[in-house]
Amino acid sequence: MESYLLILVSTVFVNNIVLVKILGLCPFMGVSKKLEAAVGMGAATTFVLTLGSGSSYLISKYLLGPDLSYLTTISFIVVIAGIVQFTEIVVKKVSPVLYQVLGIYLPLITTNCAVLGIPLLNLQEKHDFVQSLLFGMGGAVGFSMVLILFAGIRERLEAADVPEPFRGGSIAMVTAGLMSMAFMGFSGLVK
Amino acid sequence: MLDAILVMSGLALFLGSLLGYASIRFHVQGNALVEKIDAILPQTQCAQCGFPGCRPYAEAIAEGRAEINQCPPGGEANIHKLADLLGVEFKSLNAKHGAEKPKSVAFIDENTCIGCTLCIQACPVDAISGAPKHMHTILSQECTGCELCIEPCPVDCISMVPVAVTVSNWKWKAPSYLQEAG
Repeated sequence: MESYLLILVSTVFVNNIVLVKILGLCPFMGVSKKLEAAVGMGAATTFVLTLGSGSSYLISKYLLGPDLSYLTTISFIVVIAGIVQFTEIVVKKVSPVLYQVLGIYLPLITTNCAVLGIPLLNLQEKHDFVQSLLFGMGGAVGFSMVLILFAGIRERLEAADVPEPFRGGSIAMVTAGLMSMAFMGFSGLVK
Repeated sequence: MLDAILVMSGLALFLGSLLGYASIRFHVQGNALVEKIDAILPQTQCAQCGFPGCRPYAEAIAEGRAEINQCPPGGEANIHKLADLLGVEFKSLNAKHGAEKPKSVAFIDENTCIGCTLCIQACPVDAISGAPKHMHTILSQECTGCELCIEPCPVDCISMVPVAVTVSNWKWKAPSYLQEAG
């Protein structure tokens, strides 16, 4: 039980997927201009990542095994793309409101490197099924948290008096760097 | 090698059939009423009704958020059709949203045009062609006469030209009893 909690805390804060592992930077920079969009993207990613890391574990363990391990990456991509499509169809039917909120971000997740990175990291760290699920969920929660924080900061930056050469993308990059350094402070939390 | 091919095709087959099944099982039917209202609206996308386009206006009517008399390009005839479809009383066109005008298309005075592309951005149906610093022109077959390009033009080179009635575009006038019924 304690080890599960440790995985969660470690993936959310210490090994944050965006700020420490530097994965999933495209949505981090791209979808962080508005707070609402960031929340939608975070929710969609959390759902897909949790499901994706669970099913990728099952595939690599029971379908591929050690003989076919060279198929890992391509089969993960196929499975994740399938899950994303399936999720989109189901959400469209079950909850049109949620579908409207998530909008374009749902299919965008297919090309999110964090979503492929976490199942591959799971494999590397030899996690079991529950650990994989938790690792996926923790990574996604960490991603959403950072995305929402960053979106909040960027909304304020819009109104701030930023020097001309730093406007727009540059100040966003500087902010991301500072946030990354702040997250380094968590590194002593879990050994 | 054969294993790999089998595994990958099996995976693809499984996911494909799952998605195929899901798309049938979870098929979403569009709102039939919205489709019907949208078919009646003139598709000028002029936004005079206060909505971004014809489709959002149709959705608003279907949900009861909007009156049926907010569409100047459609005119009285369209309001009659909408009233029949929805089973509500006919209302004359709300003057707040504009008046019914003869069908016309926009025309760019090419001597005055400075090629600023502002009208291209305003056009809801992509009926204006042109590039920055080159003069623009309007594809009159595509133009819906919505007048949205007139406002942004900085040199006022766009004017509305009524479409001349020719043998190919002449239509019967709506029967007069429809107009009197209101």
